[in-house]
Amino acid sequence: MIVPDDLRYSTEHEWARPDGRKVRVGITDYAQDALGDVVFVDLPAVGKQIDAGSLLGEVESTKSVSEVYAPVSGTVRAVNDTLRDAPEILNADPYGQGWICELEVTDAAQVEGLLDASAYAKLTGS
Amino acid sequence: MSAAPGGRASSAPLLGRDAEPTVFELSVTGRSAAQLRTTGVPATLLERLVSASYLRREPVALPEVSERDLVGHFTRLSHRQFSVDLGMYPLGSCTMKYNPKAFDEIAAMPGIADVHPATPAPLTQGWLALLCEIERELCAVTGMHAATLQPAAGAAGELTGLLLMRAFHAANGETRTKVLIPDSAHGTNPASVTLGGYEVVTIPSDARGLVDVDALRAALDRDVAGIMLTNPNTLGLFEEEIDRIAAAVHEVGGLLYYDGANLNAILGVVRPGDMGFDIVHLNLHKTFATPHGGGGPGAGPVAVSERLAEFLPGPAPCRTADNQFEWRMPPRSIGRVHSWHGNALVLARAHAYLRVHGRDGLARVAERAVLNANWLRVRLHDSYPAAFDRPCMHEVVLTAAELKRTTGVRALDVAKRLLEEGFHAPTVYFPLVVDEALMVEPTETESPQTLAALADALERIARGATDDPDAAHEAPRSTPVRRLDEARAARHLVATEDDRDPVEPRG
Repeated sequence: MIVPDDLRYSTEHEWARPDGRKVRVGITDYAQDALGDVVFVDLPAVGKQIDAGSLLGEVESTKSVSEVYAPVSGTVRAVNDTLRDAPEILNADPYGQGWICELEVTDAAQVEGLLDASAYAKLTGS
Repeated sequence: MSAAPGGRASSAPLLGRDAEPTVFELSVTGRSAAQLRTTGVPATLLERLVSASYLRREPVALPEVSERDLVGHFTRLSHRQFSVDLGMYPLGSCTMKYNPKAFDEIAAMPGIADVHPATPAPLTQGWLALLCEIERELCAVTGMHAATLQPAAGAAGELTGLLLMRAFHAANGETRTKVLIPDSAHGTNPASVTLGGYEVVTIPSDARGLVDVDALRAALDRDVAGIMLTNPNTLGLFEEEIDRIAAAVHEVGGLLYYDGANLNAILGVVRPGDMGFDIVHLNLHKTFATPHGGGGPGAGPVAVSERLAEFLPGPAPCRTADNQFEWRMPPRSIGRVHSWHGNALVLARAHAYLRVHGRDGLARVAERAVLNANWLRVRLHDSYPAAFDRPCMHEVVLTAAELKRTTGVRALDVAKRLLEEGFHAPTVYFPLVVDEALMVEPTETESPQTLAALADALERIARGATDDPDAAHEAPRSTPVRRLDEARAARHLVATEDDRDPVEPRG
């Protein structure tokens, strides 16, 4: 299971890539593997304000529908529209082309509160 | 597809070399499978008989095929099906058991099958008496007071039950907003709750795989309309603390709804009414001898305790004071939930099944269903351990998590390999709370030899996963249709023939 060193992770299997006040968010390799073939991604609305731990969207696979939670609080500034027509990218490249959305964070300190790669790898037994 | 129009009396599709064309692709203009007899009735133009406003302007696009090609087409398709009549179908949670043919014969008797539902009650006293008798029998099996026979299947029964819950609380001047559901519940439960206008509150399972009673207590308040439970639950485990659960829910004025999907496990042994349930649906097509899985029809009667009887759907068959039968609307009925009187022939089959078995026979059904599941649980312990290692009821949830960790072969691959072994696949990845779940429900109708053959096949698959994991990833390789891309149809929905890609489907 791939767990890139330069990302931060939530216990709910989301990753966060901080870039100044912005954070790009997606789901981890472990999460996409557990979900199986993703068939639909429900993306949040741009401009939506969201609290850490609340519902960001849903990922539907051939097995189940799973909720995606915001790893940090912020405002949705961009969503990955390509997932609408090609949800399979989320399986193929969860940390790259398969990103879900970008948040402008309310409190940058929240990012520091997330797991680092080694802690997340330990959590998932990777 | 490039198939030329017209029929081919060919078995190539049966062997999987070619995909079977659709009946439209077999169509050739002018061909017909039927001819009108020559009679003395003179031919008349349709326009003389039917007003022009009701006539089609263009003929409907029906396939035009000969009888020979039509029969060949459907016979080839039927040979590619797997069915309960063909072999073991251990699809957990679905109770795919063999349905004795005698009950089909009873449902097909002319006096039962050929009665139009609009026939006035004075002319259908026999049918009404039969319906009253079925209601009484279903109440006896469930320990309830009265029942509606209208709901068409399980999910329709669930919605009916939730509407009854709403009517009951409304009659007490209460507006309650929430319904509790365990996290191991069938997916239809939260869907029915949402459709019924309630908010779903999920109750976690504890380490034993049972409802976490402390979490349940914490979620209970006067906004809770009720709880939906399956007992045994979807993990195949009996909710041992059902009496405490019932007391706690009743204490805040809530109602208990019993999802009858797993009734096969407790028939004749314990009754939902005695456990404290207020509303019970039964899946007659699962438990009581109606073949299912082909899209219906089913029947999902809903039985209730005395305090809910006045809200039941109607009109309902009733016996009058002078021993006649008539249709009557319960005093505070929620109204109709099905046209006419429900799927009556499914009810007739259930009646026959109940009469043939009697209480002792039903108890043997449940005991053997439970014994078979536990035999498989113990036999398969080393290759696919049970998710919760304790005696189960009529089904057992195994996990392939360790197999996946050591070989990369998943529950899905095991299911596909099993098709090559001649068995239907078990349910996989449900309940969601179990990692790499394989949910096996052998039912009471399979012999010890068949159970052993299934266990042998599953063990062969586990051993083979180490030596040749690719074989599992590519399975099934010996069926007419090999592994399908299950995601593609959901990702790129093509719902009509005209929208199809001009691509040869994988065969």
